[in-house]
Amino acid sequence: MSAALTGLFHYHFMQNAFIAGTIVAILAGVVGYFMVLRSLSFAGHSLANVGFAGATGASLLGVPPLLGLFVSAVLAAFGIYWLGLGARYGRRSDVATGAIFSASLALGFLFVHFSTAQANNIYNVLFGNVLGISDTSVLITAITALPALALVLLSARPLLFASVDPAVAEARGVPVGMLALGFLLVLALVVAVAVQVVGVLLIFALLVTPAATARRLSTRPMIELLISVILALIFTWAGLAAGYFTPLPVSFFITTFAFVFYTLVRLANLLARPAQLSS
Amino acid sequence: MTALDISFPRLTWNLWLDVVHMFQYDFMRNAFLAGTALSVVAGLVGYFVIVRRQAFAGEALSDVAFTGAMGGAVLGINPLAGMIVLTIAGALAMGSFAQRVSERDLAIGTVLAWVLGLGVLFLTLFTAHVSGSSGFSGVTVLFGSILSISAHQAAVIVAVAGGIALALLLVARPLLFASVDPDVAAARGVPVRLLGLFFMVLLAVTVAEAVQAVGALLVFALLLLPAAIAQRLTTRPYAALGVAVVLAITSTWFGLTIGFYSGLPSSVCITLLAFVGYVGVIGSMAIRRRLADVWSHDNPNSQLPASGMHQETRQ
Repeated sequence: MSAALTGLFHYHFMQNAFIAGTIVAILAGVVGYFMVLRSLSFAGHSLANVGFAGATGASLLGVPPLLGLFVSAVLAAFGIYWLGLGARYGRRSDVATGAIFSASLALGFLFVHFSTAQANNIYNVLFGNVLGISDTSVLITAITALPALALVLLSARPLLFASVDPAVAEARGVPVGMLALGFLLVLALVVAVAVQVVGVLLIFALLVTPAATARRLSTRPMIELLISVILALIFTWAGLAAGYFTPLPVSFFITTFAFVFYTLVRLANLLARPAQLSS
Repeated sequence: MTALDISFPRLTWNLWLDVVHMFQYDFMRNAFLAGTALSVVAGLVGYFVIVRRQAFAGEALSDVAFTGAMGGAVLGINPLAGMIVLTIAGALAMGSFAQRVSERDLAIGTVLAWVLGLGVLFLTLFTAHVSGSSGFSGVTVLFGSILSISAHQAAVIVAVAGGIALALLLVARPLLFASVDPDVAAARGVPVRLLGLFFMVLLAVTVAEAVQAVGALLVFALLLLPAAIAQRLTTRPYAALGVAVVLAITSTWFGLTIGFYSGLPSSVCITLLAFVGYVGVIGSMAIRRRLADVWSHDNPNSQLPASGMHQETRQ
């Protein structure tokens, strides 16, 4: 067992994978909790896919893909916020989110069509390349993660208030609109950074599933937040290890562990409280 | 993306000649046939997707379709069959989740997240173990290959699309009732849950069919955008259905034509056209509302409605 563990951490690419994976998991656990609370799952999924256009567009322009990721994610966050402004507090415009999502995928494909870097690039952006992360990427991930994390944790209480009861929060002077936009921007940045690690299609899994599971395990917000982070870490580490020891992709393991656990928790809830079926 | 063995077709700006020239190629004829059939069905189904606020479910199903296609390929069965089976299974699962929107979206999200993970697995297995000699690959599933649809495939697509459209039109009235006011509809004896599940199955089959043409990542655009524009332009359901279909067909026809003459991927042209239309309509409506605002401030006694807080903005 210890021999296996030393093997796991022996290679530099695995060390990078674990460092970057840990940072992303913590970020995803925290931000994902609020994303689920604010019913922004679709927005999270869309922001991840917007990253596809950003990364491919940047490649086309000869600019570092990460820059394209950031720029496109921020633009999309603004777009979602403004297009969703017509709707009231908690409601957001699914259609606007969907429209931006589709357009950015189409643009992304257009950019790939124009560039000479071929299909491999698409796959890396879409599915991530956690076992091929460079030192620079790890550094960038860490540098972006710290302020984002600090920002969310510092505004955790007003954000929680604004998410759960926006009308009352606004009456109490909480800047609900600013928090909404701010949170979307943080979500966008987290997604952009995490795309390098788990790819466009799968950052969503880390954002959603641990948080969704946490909500079923506790009703107290700070506990839920903690559980969300811990679960994200466990799934990521287990996924990385499984990916190392088998030829199957890391992302598959992370998502499967997460989903299986989520299902088990739901089943346990159902069995423990048969009188309170939710559906 | 096509294997045209001639040099680029040139646009002569004599529109009739250009169209005739385009239709000389049988792959274009097939593409138009399949595309038109799919647009009709996408417009109809898409309208209900919007009214029922199931945009996320629709998008999730297109991702499920990707996983189904790759899974089918890996298991050695027809990818289309894999797609249809998995999307219907996914649709039934989604249709039975809790009815409250936020709960439903969360459940869709968690299932979607795992299905995407499965998709990655199948894609990895496919590229590693199955030879891609048939022109089928992850890319064609994701982004479509409408220009490589055979005459036989086109015929099947038309038949299936016709079936879906007919089924939808038959249940249109009760479905609309159930979508807009489920409680009252249930009280009146409308089988709301059953209709909901039935609609999800229709959506699943539509998505699976359309993926062949525009691909898993872009079928959602064809489903959503024309119907979204239609819903903004009119509140009358049957009018909106008609407008959605017309807009979908228009996007497809123009998209295919532009794709033919520019060499750009057709699915991209179709999607971007639809998106430009959507933004254009929203933008012009916003401008009109601003002008009405200004007008009503200058003329306080006028009949024009002011915008802003008093008007419920539709999606």
